[in-house]
Order: sequence, then structure tokens, then C-alpha cells
Amino acid sequence: MSHTLAPFATDRLLELYRGMRLVREAEERLSALFAEGEIPGFIHLSIGQEAVPVGVASVLDEADTLASNHRGHGHAIAKGLDLDRFFLELLGKQDGYCRGRGGSMHVADMKLGMLGANGIVGAGLPIAVGSALAHKIRGTGHIAVVFFGDGALAEGVLHESMNLAQLWSLPVLFVCENNGWSEFTEGARQLTTDPQRMAAAYGMKATKVDGNDVIAVAGAAREAVATVRAGKGPCLLECVTRRVRGHFEGDPQKYRDAGDVAAATRDDPLARCESQLIADGISQADIEAVKTATAARVDAAVAKARAGPPPSPADTLADVYSPPREVAT
Amino acid sequence: MNEVRFGQAINKALADAMTADPSVIVLGEDVARPGGPFGVTRGLLDRFGPERVRDTPISEAAIVGASVGAAMTGLRPVVEIMFMDFVTLTMDALVNQAAKARFMFGGQLSVPMVVRMPHGGGINAGPQHSQCLEAWLAHVPGLKVVCPATVADAYGLTRAAIADDDPVIVVENKALYAAKGDLPDTAAATPIGRARTARAGRDATIVSYGAMVPVALAAAADLGRDGVDAEVIDLRSLQPWDEPAVLASLARTHRLVIAHEAVEAFGVGAEIAARMSDVGFDELDGPIVRVGAPFMPPPFAKTLEDWFRPDAAKIVAAVKRTMA
Ligand SMILES: Cc1ncc(C[n+]2csc(CCOP(=O)(O)OP(=O)(O)O)c2C)c(N)n1
Ligand SMILES: [Mg+2]
Repeated sequence: MSHTLAPFATDRLLELYRGMRLVREAEERLSALFAEGEIPGFIHLSIGQEAVPVGVASVLDEADTLASNHRGHGHAIAKGLDLDRFFLELLGKQDGYCRGRGGSMHVADMKLGMLGANGIVGAGLPIAVGSALAHKIRGTGHIAVVFFGDGALAEGVLHESMNLAQLWSLPVLFVCENNGWSEFTEGARQLTTDPQRMAAAYGMKATKVDGNDVIAVAGAAREAVATVRAGKGPCLLECVTRRVRGHFEGDPQKYRDAGDVAAATRDDPLARCESQLIADGISQADIEAVKTATAARVDAAVAKARAGPPPSPADTLADVYSPPREVAT
Repeated sequence: MNEVRFGQAINKALADAMTADPSVIVLGEDVARPGGPFGVTRGLLDRFGPERVRDTPISEAAIVGASVGAAMTGLRPVVEIMFMDFVTLTMDALVNQAAKARFMFGGQLSVPMVVRMPHGGGINAGPQHSQCLEAWLAHVPGLKVVCPATVADAYGLTRAAIADDDPVIVVENKALYAAKGDLPDTAAATPIGRARTARAGRDATIVSYGAMVPVALAAAADLGRDGVDAEVIDLRSLQPWDEPAVLASLARTHRLVIAHEAVEAFGVGAEIAARMSDVGFDELDGPIVRVGAPFMPPPFAKTLEDWFRPDAAKIVAAVKRTMA
């Protein structure tokens, strides 16, 4: 497992930094909006885990498909979803990605292969496997990726999905974001094995990286994606990371040591990336400029989302089923 | 016109759909090389090859979940679940994923997939291989459910299900697989949501579907000998179901019996009875009577299963009760 920010082209690293900064800025703003009661329901933030989606998405093509989970803001933003429609959806507005029907746990964009965040732990795995099957049969040359947490490792459908993917040698990349927690319970109290041993049991190639080192994630993802895209079967990429916030916003985390939260906060993938950028000769002013530009971009999205009209019940029934079509035989 | 068996009609529907559309694939346990546990997919592997006709591991949750992902990525998968009883293992993929994707993602996409599943008793398969669970699925917004009773509809509803842009459950009654009937060479899709009058009559309406349709017809024949002219409506689709057709029949006969093999309580019959007691209130000259299995798991022994499954005598008694 790599712990250092290996040498990497500075302009690419700056790109990754921009990507992580956008996810961070968006989620910090969501946290504030949630605290002010502007976001209905509940939201799960990935603050401190941004290197995983940004590192992985940096080596994907636009037409690659992606299945996400309940902690999916980073996956969506890193895949390139439109920030305005993202915020509109989270605020429950008509012009949001899902017309206000989905919210945080269901952001999707079929044009960008984003097959949806998902409120059901483990449910993204078979969806990605099926998407990969479609890529294979249709010969698209694209791959499918699924992000899931360590909690999903105990779901039965994960076993079925990994077995099927390996059995059929499907172009799918399994990305486990191992943050050590599932809701309010540590991983150690949930699983008798670990992702590497599980992958080995299926004969699946697997790598483990420091998930807070964006260069390590991007590097490992590039290798894994190359293997998958070459038709050599699925891969598992385990990214060891830390959850900084509670399971959801408003979670007082009484079950968690203050030391664990502090350690997670200190091991910040953005701070680590900034240090590397400075070492590479990028100025503090350049970094500040990225922060300012990102904040302005998020400000604009939030303003649009606040001003957006709420959805009306009138058109919702129409989308329970597809529009009728003449059946030809 | 050819006389074929019910299962062969489904086989032809699958083959014709696969020929017409390269995005149609067939997958399930033992469907490819063995040709299906009930022989319905026989020969498809040879005709369409191993990419499109796939034997899967015993992973119901993953294969239905994968069908959702495949449907989102340009295929039209047709999955076979060996017995409807095993639908329990697929419920997340069906209920939380397939059924909701279109609505939940703001109408961005459709999920064109078909899940075929045999239900029903008659082969002494016992409590975990005989259930009729279609009401569960008909209760889920976003799913469609069809249940053919005839050879022509076995073909037609399967074609319609595959052509449909939404997830469709095709419920096939095991007892019908060997039934013979005519299939025209130019067989066509049966529109989803439209019932069929299996027998016209003036005195009472019997609404049914699947393998209970021939039983209802037998009951109607018996009633005829007693001077009661019963109409038999074959629903064909359970979700959506043809409310106008049932109401129109009720408006002619003023008496309604609903018969299905599933347990009576909280079933498809309950929904139809509730709607007809509302929109058809003025037409009713007697109580709406349901005929279904007693509220218990399907039993194994022949004497028990024969008693458990509704028969023509029970339907006759129900019609007589509503006419009393
Ligand atoms: C099938 C299912 N069971 C339980 C839940 C409730 N739940 C939501 S998130 C979560 C924990 C998931 O942990 P993990 O997969 O490690 O992801 P993380 O939250 O750490 O990112 C649980 C139990 C759920 N949404 N779906
Ligand atoms: Mg976790």
C-alpha cells in the first residue's frame, strides 16, 4: 500500500486538486444548507474521501458507466455532472437531475453514464455488472465502475456480483471505499474477512491503495482500468480512506472516539495534495485562486438552486411508466 | 395456423424477438445448454449463441440486478426465474431499482426488461415451489404484470413484454406449459392492459386469468346446464388491468365473480372487487364474490393440493351465491 505522493505531472495533479476542491466545496456548502434547513431529508457527505472518486474518474471515459451509492456526491461531481442541476436536485427543485423526485441518494445522468446514486447498500454492484455485460455484448469498448463502501462487503448480492463478473470476465471495476465505518459500527465488528481476501477467493485481480493519496488512487485506477478495458476481466480497487463527518449530517457520532475523528480530519487528501503541489513549484496564490474560483462556481449553483421553482405534482404520475409506443412485431 | 404447446409459443416469441432485435438477450438458471427447467428456452442457444443466451449461476439477486444495469445500457434482457417462489431473492432489483428508475431519475430513462416466472400448483411441488405471488408485484408502481391463459397470448404477451419499454413480469402458469392451442403463422403481440372475452354470457361475469381461465370456462359450461349464462373475462394483464372491460361486462350481467389460484386475501381479486364496488356500484345486483385459495401455504400431498386449488365447483358455487 503506497503512502507517498509519487512523482506525477504537475498540471495533472493540479487538475485532480481542482476536482477534489469542487467536491469539497460543494459538500461543505451542502452541510451549511442542511444545517439551515434548506435541504429536505438527509445527506451523507464524503468529506475526507474526495481522492477516491476524483482519482478514479480521472482515468474514465465519458461513456464509461458508473453505479454509485448513498455517499455519492463525489462520484457524481467527479463524473462531470452539471453542478447546477446537482444542487437543484438536492434542494428538491423542478429542474434538478431527477425533477426533485430523487434527492441526494438518487442523482443520475444517463447522458454521462451516471447510472445513479443508490439508497440500497450493495445494490449498485449487480447494476454495474449488468452494465458491463451490455458493454461486452454490444462491443462498446466502454467499462462499468461501481463505488461501494466497506459495509456493502457483508451484503449477499456483492458475492453474487463479484462471482458473476469474474465468471463472465466482464469489464467492470469494483471500487471499495473502505472508510472503516458502516453507519455507527466499525468494520472490524462486521466482517470476518477483507476485500483483498474476498477478491482472491473469486480469482479476481485486486489492489489496495491509500485512498487519501490522489496520485496513488489515480495510478492504481489507471492500471486497473487498463486491465478491465483490455477485456482481461474485472478488478477490485480497495481505497483505504476515512470518514470525517458523521454517517449523515446531524449525526452526533456519540459512538465514535474524538481521536478517530481528529485523525480522519488530519489525514486530509486535499491538504496532502496541496503540499505536493507546493513542492512541485505551484504557488500558494495559485492554490488560493483555485479555491476562489471553485467557491464562486458553487455560489452560482447554490443561487440558481435556491431560485429554482419547486416541482409540481402534476407531471410526476406521467413518469411512473414510459410513454406508450406502438408495438411492432 | 399451427397447433403448438403453450411453452413452445413462449419459445417462439423469444426467438422471434431475438431475431427482430439484436439487443434482446436471454439469461437464467439452466436456460441455455439445458434449454430451461421447463424446456421453454430449448434451442435458443444454438440459434443465437452463448453471448445472447446465458446460463447463470444460482444468483437471482445478481441476475435480475444485472438485467437492470444491462437495460440501462442498451440491452433488452429477458430473465427466467425458475419458480416464482424465488422472486423473494430478486425483490430489491425489481422493487427498488427496476420499478423506480424511470420515476426516481426524473424520466431520464426506461428500463426495458422482462422477468419470466412460472407460478401455480398442480405438480405437487409443495409450499416453496407452487405459490402465486403476482399481487405483490402488481402492487409496485413502475412494474407491469401479465399472465397469459392461452397459447396465442403466451406468444403475444411475451412479445409485447419484450417490446415494452418498462419492466414487465410475465407470469406463466406451470400447469399450462403442456396445453395445446393454435398459433397463427402471423402471430402478433397482445397489447398489455387489454382483457379478452373468453366466453360471452348475459347472467354473470367471471373475471379470471392464467390457468384459472380454463377452469372458469368449465364452470361456465356447468352453469349453462343449469340455465345460467356466464361471461368469462380473461384479464391477460394484471398491472395495468382492463377496468373498462370488466366494468362493461358487469354493466351487462350485473353480477361479478373473480377467480384466481392465488390466495384470496389481499389479492388481485380484492383490487378488482374494490374498484367495481366503487365505479360499478350502480350496476351490482348481488355481492361481488371472490374465489381463491384458502389463506395458507400451498400444501404438497395430492389430496391436500387438489383441495387447496380452486376448481370449477367453487366458481359455480360463487356464481350461484351472487345470483341468489
Ligand atoms: C440494504 C440496506 N441496508 C441498510 C441500509 C442503511 N444504511 C445506509 S448506509 C449504511 C452503512 C453503509 O456503510 P458503507 O457501505 O461502509 O458506506 P459508508 O456509509 O461508510 O460510505 C447503512 C447500514 C441501507 N440503506 N440499505
Ligand atoms: Mg464505510
